[in-house]
Amino acid sequence: MAEKTYAGVTINVDEEGYMTDSSQWTKEVAAEIAKEEGIDELTDTHYAVLEFIRQKVSEGATLTIRAIGKSGHTDIKGFYKLFPGAPLKKATKIAGVPKPSSCV
Amino acid sequence: MKKLVILGAGTGGTIMANKMRKELDRDEWDITIVDKHKTHYYQPGFLFIPFGMYKKRDVIKPKADFIPYGVNVVYSEVDRVDGEKNQVILQDGVVLNYDFLVIATGVRIFPDETPGIKGSLWHKKVFDFYTIEGSSALANFFKTWEGGDLVLNIAENPIKCPVAPLEFVMFADAFFVERGMRDKVNIKFVTPMSGAFTKPRASKVLGGLLKEKNIEIVPDFYIEKVDNENQKIVSYDEKEVHFDCLITIPVHKGDPMIGRSGLGDDMDFALTDKYTLRSDKFENIFILGDAANIPTSKAGSVVHFASEIVFENLMCAIENRPLTGKFDGHSNCYIETGFGKGALIDFNYDTEPLPGHFPFPGIGPFGLLKETRMNHYGKLIFRWMYWHILLKGKEMPISAHMTMAGKKLHDI
Repeated sequence: MAEKTYAGVTINVDEEGYMTDSSQWTKEVAAEIAKEEGIDELTDTHYAVLEFIRQKVSEGATLTIRAIGKSGHTDIKGFYKLFPGAPLKKATKIAGVPKPSSCV
Repeated sequence: MKKLVILGAGTGGTIMANKMRKELDRDEWDITIVDKHKTHYYQPGFLFIPFGMYKKRDVIKPKADFIPYGVNVVYSEVDRVDGEKNQVILQDGVVLNYDFLVIATGVRIFPDETPGIKGSLWHKKVFDFYTIEGSSALANFFKTWEGGDLVLNIAENPIKCPVAPLEFVMFADAFFVERGMRDKVNIKFVTPMSGAFTKPRASKVLGGLLKEKNIEIVPDFYIEKVDNENQKIVSYDEKEVHFDCLITIPVHKGDPMIGRSGLGDDMDFALTDKYTLRSDKFENIFILGDAANIPTSKAGSVVHFASEIVFENLMCAIENRPLTGKFDGHSNCYIETGFGKGALIDFNYDTEPLPGHFPFPGIGPFGLLKETRMNHYGKLIFRWMYWHILLKGKEMPISAHMTMAGKKLHDI
């Protein structure tokens, strides 16, 4: 296990940089991870999506892009605009939850 | 009389009917199995049909042949389960009461979830191979196809048999080489994942195989629609891939009945404890196989391993004992790689596919995570084992729990 420092706090991460202890997450930590992922500023919509993801994961739900598109905070196209490239991977990293296993 | 009801007479439901009928006293227990179809499909065989290796008759048999004497069979659509009242309500209004319920309704494709899949080119240039209709139509198409861009696209995970799309493109490579037209066929593997497979080591090995076979991987592609007019698939972030023949693996969902019964998630997979395989909602409902939302492969091998756990736990529940069966997510897949060879992977919730030998350490006869001829024969022999041993709930020579014996953690 590795450690990284975000917003002055030491955070436990796995080898791919995903947080291993979701309770260490704060908005400030999220903002710094986002910068590493090429997102300069997190808007309210970003945070709404991140909270939705954290909520779903804490309920043990399987996270899919489809589910986020139905979350009411954004649609799938919007989700791609918020987290360009690989939105689910980026968004989960910034939300401080494990990388989605998206099943084998 | 006490009543056990099983919903779904596919791989899982049929195995459970056989196991439970043998175990439960006929004077005390009434067992009923419900399915809307009368035909049992050997679904792993669908992959072989487009390439003329199997015909329809090789993959179908009547369901009734596999249901044991002493089990009631009802061919009907299920409207919903009322877990509070312990009742299954069938579409024609008939009500089945139960003491215990096993849901084994599986998963199927929903092409309508992606705009354009069922457009003007459906079963003309756009095909699935997850149904008998799709794989048969594709077999016909390939007979006269002159080549072009052959694009395989996975719409969304999870899917049934996650290695099947890889096998498909590797079979296609061999098929067109053997027909002397591989130079005219450009094969692309377009996936929402970031590589060939989800698990890192297997992704590396399988990705390497695709590269060797000159199959291009287009990763991180999440399809929004099929543009029939211009023969393109378009992603949500506006990437485009042209096709002359599109093989789509459409969105998969559980049976809508699970949603109607309030037992599932937003994809109609039943909410299930991943270790006990009991429904999160009701203590007398167990979920077997693809219908469950557990994080393992949706595949017959998993269903078979899981059936032993459901059997154990169902007997615990019936006899008022604590549940002792614990599922580890064991999955075991032969992967056809073309030209008479195959690979094999064996993994569970916690352990990714590793190289080594299976089932006997150091000996095999099957090689893990590498291409051998023996692995290909393993897959072919499996069809016989499926009809004659597995469906009937008889003992298979492989343990339900994964073992680390024979697996190598390093050197790949």
